[in-house]
Amino acid sequence: MKRIAYYQGCSLEGLASEYDISTRAVCDALGIELIEIPDWNCCGSSPAHSADPLLSSALAGRNLAIAEAEGCDVVMTPCPGCLKSLKGALETCHDPQQCDAFREILGMPFEGRIRAISVLELLYKDVGVDALRAQVQKPYADQVIVPYYGCLLTRPPKFADFDDPENPVSMDRLLEAVGVTVPDFPYKTECCGATYGVTRNDIVGKLTGRILDMALRVGAEAVAVACPLCQQNLDLRQAQVNRHMNRTFDLPVVYITQVIGIALGIAPKELGLDKLFVNADFLLRSAREEEPQAKTIG
Amino acid sequence: MEHIHTLSIQNTYDADFIKRVEEASGQQVSKCYQCGNCSASCNYTYVYDYPVNQIMRLIQLGQREIVLKSRSIWLCASCQACTTRCPCNIEVSHVMESLRIMSREEKMVSLKDIQLFYDEFLRSVKTFGRVFETGLLPVFNMKAKRPFGDMDLAPLVLKKGKLHLLPSRIKGRKEVAGIFERLEAFHKKHEA
Ligand code: SF4
Ligand code: SF4
Repeated sequence: MKRIAYYQGCSLEGLASEYDISTRAVCDALGIELIEIPDWNCCGSSPAHSADPLLSSALAGRNLAIAEAEGCDVVMTPCPGCLKSLKGALETCHDPQQCDAFREILGMPFEGRIRAISVLELLYKDVGVDALRAQVQKPYADQVIVPYYGCLLTRPPKFADFDDPENPVSMDRLLEAVGVTVPDFPYKTECCGATYGVTRNDIVGKLTGRILDMALRVGAEAVAVACPLCQQNLDLRQAQVNRHMNRTFDLPVVYITQVIGIALGIAPKELGLDKLFVNADFLLRSAREEEPQAKTIG
Repeated sequence: MEHIHTLSIQNTYDADFIKRVEEASGQQVSKCYQCGNCSASCNYTYVYDYPVNQIMRLIQLGQREIVLKSRSIWLCASCQACTTRCPCNIEVSHVMESLRIMSREEKMVSLKDIQLFYDEFLRSVKTFGRVFETGLLPVFNMKAKRPFGDMDLAPLVLKKGKLHLLPSRIKGRKEVAGIFERLEAFHKKHEA
């Protein structure tokens, strides 16, 4: 397998640490070599986009330039927000009208040959659903999980260039491959409130509340996500959501890499399952049943 | 929310505005035929002062001040639903982003706390090279005069061992600060 540059981004260094360790653990189990971009910096996220698109491109560009210098031709990031910035930098770099300004502000050599993808794209396209199924050691028995994609993974379609913008299925297929039951979920791409957790958590309360509510209605035991911001809004802020909406949600919100990791036989601790705010031990149900003692009884 | 005088809208008409928005965003706002798809897709309409399709119409009508002072442009989450569904292929979300930048430049920002949060975020990036989540929140709370914002989350985060007391400073901090400085110099040069 080729060497893939790894850009974890700031969220995965802090509140989303379990997304980082589960991504690394799953890639390791699947034989994918990740090379952490040395001395990476923040991509600037929405604040940079809202201040100056060139700032966003140059901040993300520094990471891409370092990755290129390391000899990588693909960079993978688990965070859709970071992915947007990395792809934006590549777009700016190849835009004849902005290219010179971009290079002047970036101030370091960069060719722009590298390609940026999400961890979801890596698992779905580069590894593939069948290859993943073949690696499963502890298939799930009866867990019901809905995939929540959020807004940026597939949108806007021309830019994201991945899956279907209105009804994405990549996570559905990956979850099914490891034995999870996946109901249709109408709110797959509805926005969760994004960065307004801090400044306007009433908005997050309402939008996230709707998503959790729909998940329950279709019979889900948990929501699977591929974005640190979505996860924070749905999991860390679930108590705030309950307060705003006068509800009593107690729904686990797990990273897709954690769900896959358990099925690959990786220990829960190595996937940071204990770092989630709403307890997600239900994932281990089938794992326990698959143990030898349980089999001899039956 | 600015009051619109529907009968004398020409008094606030800025002939140049649509051209400037189209140049800044690279989008042809003039193509919008008010189908309303963008607003129907937007989860934030309920907190906007003008739904996003009306923002598009107000740009066409040259209503610069109303648009740049609107709350809508600062509450837009850049979720791209509008862009995905516009039948005229206008990148509506991109237009909203350009409007945010213009409202900064023309000192017309309506929701100062959101701008403040973004500015503090970028200050953290410029200083450390990365965002320091734990440090950002108290500084923002203090400056936004909301001392207890999100404090209910602190014990949860602490219990999970996710509260970092020190920022991770990268070695290339100067390189990152250099990006901010070169950007400023670039804009000064082009304004002159
Ligand atoms: S979807 Fe496009 S054409 Fe329709 S109102 Fe919105 S911007 Fe105008
Ligand atoms: S990008 Fe902004 S305006 Fe467009 S649908 Fe999303 S929140 Fe609404």
